[in-house]
Amino acid sequence: MKPIIWFYFPARLAWRQLVFDRTKLVAAICGVLFACVLVFMQLGFRDALYASAASAPVKLNGDLFLMHKQSEALWRPVRFKRSELMRVLGNSAVAEAYPLYLGLAPFKNIQTRTKRTLMVYGFDPDSQIFKIDAIDDKRAELRLKDTVLFDEYSRPEFGPMRQLLAADQNVTEINDYKVTVVGLFRLGVSFAADGNVVTSDLNFMRIFSRRNHEDIDLGVIKLHPGASATQVQAALRSQLNEFVNIFTYEELLSYEKDYWANTAPIGFIFGFGTVMGWVVGLVIVYQILFTDIANHRNEFATLKAMGYEQGYFVRVVFASAFFLAVLGFIPGYLLSLGLYHMAESKMYMPMPLPFGKVTTVFMFMLSMCFMAGLLAIRKLKDANPADMF
Amino acid sequence: MSTVIDVEHLNFSFGSGVLTQPVLKDVTISIEKGEIVLITGPSGSGKTTFLTIIGGLRQAFHGSVKVLDQQFINSSEQIKVKARQQIGYIFQQHNLLKSLTALQNVSMTLEINAALTERQRRERAAEMLIAVGLGDRLDYKPDQLSGGQRQRVSIARALVGQPKIILADEPTASLDKQSGHEAVNLLKQLAKESQTTILLVTHDYRILDIADRVVELEDGVIKQV
Repeated sequence: MKPIIWFYFPARLAWRQLVFDRTKLVAAICGVLFACVLVFMQLGFRDALYASAASAPVKLNGDLFLMHKQSEALWRPVRFKRSELMRVLGNSAVAEAYPLYLGLAPFKNIQTRTKRTLMVYGFDPDSQIFKIDAIDDKRAELRLKDTVLFDEYSRPEFGPMRQLLAADQNVTEINDYKVTVVGLFRLGVSFAADGNVVTSDLNFMRIFSRRNHEDIDLGVIKLHPGASATQVQAALRSQLNEFVNIFTYEELLSYEKDYWANTAPIGFIFGFGTVMGWVVGLVIVYQILFTDIANHRNEFATLKAMGYEQGYFVRVVFASAFFLAVLGFIPGYLLSLGLYHMAESKMYMPMPLPFGKVTTVFMFMLSMCFMAGLLAIRKLKDANPADMF
Repeated sequence: MSTVIDVEHLNFSFGSGVLTQPVLKDVTISIEKGEIVLITGPSGSGKTTFLTIIGGLRQAFHGSVKVLDQQFINSSEQIKVKARQQIGYIFQQHNLLKSLTALQNVSMTLEINAALTERQRRERAAEMLIAVGLGDRLDYKPDQLSGGQRQRVSIARALVGQPKIILADEPTASLDKQSGHEAVNLLKQLAKESQTTILLVTHDYRILDIADRVVELEDGVIKQV
């Protein structure tokens, strides 16, 4: 009972003072809401970035991956010799090893004839290095000359491929080379590429006439069932040349993610934006609490003269901060929910809003308001009844 | 009769060093339970300073100030906070919390006391407001009340905690003659009923008649009248 009263009364006074001046309350809520939406969006973009950056590797079907040590990320690989990949077959635990060819190339929109760059993946249609059924099912068609599969989740600027295919308009150009779209699959866009196309290794060489089979971008290795990926990785590391990285599946994903988070400034930018949102919100809430204390100085001094102790006013300030955090967070959350949906539909990037992120942002808002309260309570010193009366 | 306020050789000054400005000089006064004492005197005579020392709002260092058997000279904040809870304060301005209704304002005095239930608090606050003639204004906010009504709410707020002492600092300053007179008469009547000591600072000579004793303070020195 006692601790409830300990917080209940100051909280009630804080609440009554907050709702008394509606205009100011709305302004205060808008301040927190603003910070809340800012943090939500920054975190959303950042996570979308990470999720989409790893979208291509996530769909790769392999146990170990070979990449040149100079490759910063999958979308801008440094090529290495196919023979280097084939050496892994000397290890008895290795079942298969297939190369993956990557290239950015302009794709011509069938309707508008405008060109836009997308990512072209070339692979051996005898292999199953993608965990995408739509690609596996179309491997026979890909063996034909000049055929490609188109990623349905590409940005709409590439044209409504599904309708076009239904209308038999399936001929276009990639890298000024004429190809036929024979089917669709679903992968998703990333910060590196607005769209994706998958084709056979032979067709890939036709599209990129300067490329050859011997220079590969990524090696996908499959092990015999029961083999330990880390053991084979260690064994291969001693057998292969030093210029290649051997990654497990998880390592490849985190390598990609780290690139976007650290090497590319994008991770920093969104992290910075998040912190700025926090700081802006802090300043706003601090200003509100500060002027609130200044305005209520007289009343606080009166209460002090009546026998209220200093701690009571500290609790009033923190209760105000808490109410502002909650009142600003609720509309901020709802608005962000809408903005996430809008961003998803406009940018074709996954923007999930899991419960974890909601609590993270709420904790952010709470800490922000708490910090603002901590800064503002210094102002309580001014409420000295001896100086006022 | 027991002594409620006992002040001996109280000296108080503002500033330090050569700029020291003595405000109270060797003030000695004792006030009994149930007594109504008026302190008058010209502006700057130290009346309000004296009141804030008695009320435990200002720390004095020289002499002796015993209020309800607590020594205030060089005392801790804790002791003074405890003492303040037994003192009702009425200010020059009404100093009501403008976001609270009359009833909630009066209840604020009782919220320090955790022993009461919320219902008891409301009942006692309402009774007190009825006693000051504001039974029909319980849920009005200060903005919706006249000056006299506000001062009556603040009298109710000071009295509702059944304090042993009421300290009033120019309670009639912002009121016209009639409502000023009504307010202090009300205060006197309610205080007499409960044997509450009143120490009232004023230079409103129209209300001198309510006092048992009038003390004049001039340049920090007491002149008994």
